[in-house]
Amino acid sequence: MIAVGTELPPLALPPISRTTLALFAGASGDHNPIHIDLDVARSAGLDDVFAHGMLSMAHLGRLLTGWVPQERIRSYRVRFAAITPVLAQPTCTGTVTAVEDGLATVELVVTLADGTVTLTGDAVVALHESEI
Amino acid sequence: MAISPDVIGRELPAVAVDVERGRLRFFAAAIGETDPVFSDLAAARAVGHPDLPVPPTFLFGLDLEASDLTALLAGLGVDLRRVLHGEQSFTYHSPAHAGETLTFAPRIADVYSRKGGALEFLVKETAVSRAGGTAVAELRSTIVVRA
Repeated sequence: MIAVGTELPPLALPPISRTTLALFAGASGDHNPIHIDLDVARSAGLDDVFAHGMLSMAHLGRLLTGWVPQERIRSYRVRFAAITPVLAQPTCTGTVTAVEDGLATVELVVTLADGTVTLTGDAVVALHESEI
Repeated sequence: MAISPDVIGRELPAVAVDVERGRLRFFAAAIGETDPVFSDLAAARAVGHPDLPVPPTFLFGLDLEASDLTALLAGLGVDLRRVLHGEQSFTYHSPAHAGETLTFAPRIADVYSRKGGALEFLVKETAVSRAGGTAVAELRSTIVVRA
């Protein structure tokens, strides 16, 4: 049963390692060196590389597809609010905030262990089966 | 250096991209996906997929490669080290699967600045379709450039 106030089972991720960032760069196609090359990060005045925002959006995507069949997801959007440092531990959460015309709106948040909110967003999900 | 608003409406060349099973498995592993539907063909078919499904955000990377955003930004005089991803959205029309060839048609939808020019924003929209023209998805990426 999906109703206003329904909370999705949270998805807690392990610490984001440099290996994960290297693999995600290759797998996703996001090759911006600021995420994988310490020399580039330092040349930009940063102390270290930081995680791809799209890695967190992919994790939130796992939260969604772990909850409903993917073909029911009609739209999905996020705003990137803060960077995710190396070794940070993100947790993905979602809450249903509206149900109307066979569609549910889910508010989505990624929060680090220290309380920093790194992503906010929402998805619109159909309540009933549709064709794959 | 300010991005010229003259680029608003510019259409970038449409690019056809093959969706590969191996790449989808690599992506699933990189994001820690544990649902076998995204990596095991038998598991995907058992729930009705014709092949491995393209997960919700995977199209972003193909779009990035297809539209060569890096070269575009460099051509506009943007220092990539000053680029942040501000917002990203997807609208889904029909599921895509491994084995399909998808066409990415990107355009620059908007350019604007905030905070007296300290932050510049570039919005790119990409329509994704398959052979025959069926709509698969639309992507909207907002890129932030720090002055």
